[in-house]
Amino acid sequence: MPAIEIPQTAALPADWRDFLALTKPRVMSLVVFSGLCGLLAAPVMPPLVLGFTAILCIALGAGACGALNQWYEAELDGRMRRTARRPLPAGRMERQSALHFGVGLAAFSVLLMGLAANWLAAALLTVSILFYVLVYTVWLKPRTAQNIVIGGAAGAFPPLIGWVAASGRVELLPVLLFAIIFLWTPPHFWALSLFVRSDYAAAGIPMLPVVAGLAATRRQMFLYSLAMAAAAVAPWPLGLTGPVYGASAAILSGVFVVLASRVLSSRATEPGQMGAEKHLFAYSVFYLFALFTALVADRWVAG
Amino acid sequence: MRPELEQEVVRRQRERARIMAVLLGAFVVLLFLITVAKVGMNW
Repeated sequence: MPAIEIPQTAALPADWRDFLALTKPRVMSLVVFSGLCGLLAAPVMPPLVLGFTAILCIALGAGACGALNQWYEAELDGRMRRTARRPLPAGRMERQSALHFGVGLAAFSVLLMGLAANWLAAALLTVSILFYVLVYTVWLKPRTAQNIVIGGAAGAFPPLIGWVAASGRVELLPVLLFAIIFLWTPPHFWALSLFVRSDYAAAGIPMLPVVAGLAATRRQMFLYSLAMAAAAVAPWPLGLTGPVYGASAAILSGVFVVLASRVLSSRATEPGQMGAEKHLFAYSVFYLFALFTALVADRWVAG
Repeated sequence: MRPELEQEVVRRQRERARIMAVLLGAFVVLLFLITVAKVGMNW
């Protein structure tokens, strides 16, 4: 594989928009949303400013993860069309600036969370940042096809952190919310990696479709979808939520499993033919938003 | 350094300094509000 030279010294000081791009704002929106839902679903409501600060800290922690991920993967990003225009591979920023920005943001978010909410939430935020940066980005992503399965845990922390920031306790419902996102991540990311696998292959990342093939990936996506649907519906029969959430979770998860079964029966090999995979990917984003909205509606409107 | 490049460096530095000032100001206000909320909770 040809090594791509990353410019180490940008001629100009980086633009503030490039620092913002380092935080992956689009990923951050899903993280903030799930964290907010965790906070709003908790049995205790903190004062508005403390709740706002807790969500701000979750957002800053996610931004730090994005910056540190881009710092570590600058060379790798340069090899993929999807990521080649990011600030570091495009040479618009010095690598060291991204590192300082990421570490500073991470430390700031954890300290502020501890001071404004509680130190258990701050500890969970620390674990999620370290998990994403060290376990996922540095250790698993370049080494194993199961990278996003275990790495998905990092993205599953926000609702748990939001809940703990509000209540100060870890309970069964936020642990189930963690499980839902954890089990949602593989079908979501593998759907994407099915139709951009040439990009991953070019970068030498062992994503499941590249390593195990399309059929094995589609089978695993379906199995994870079943487990995710079970985890999503579980809070209702366990008496942790009401029927608003229960019915929504059943319908939304049912559609998810149907779409995953369409992917399972698909034989498409070219990205252009992968309508079922693209459909599942788009739906998976909607699914998480809708499911967590139903959770909050259940607590605030129906509860 | 070419004059137009130097101008661009100054422009970016000014823009970053302005944003930093706004963020620091917002942080001071946030800390004040957190303190008020904590005192209200008998922290």
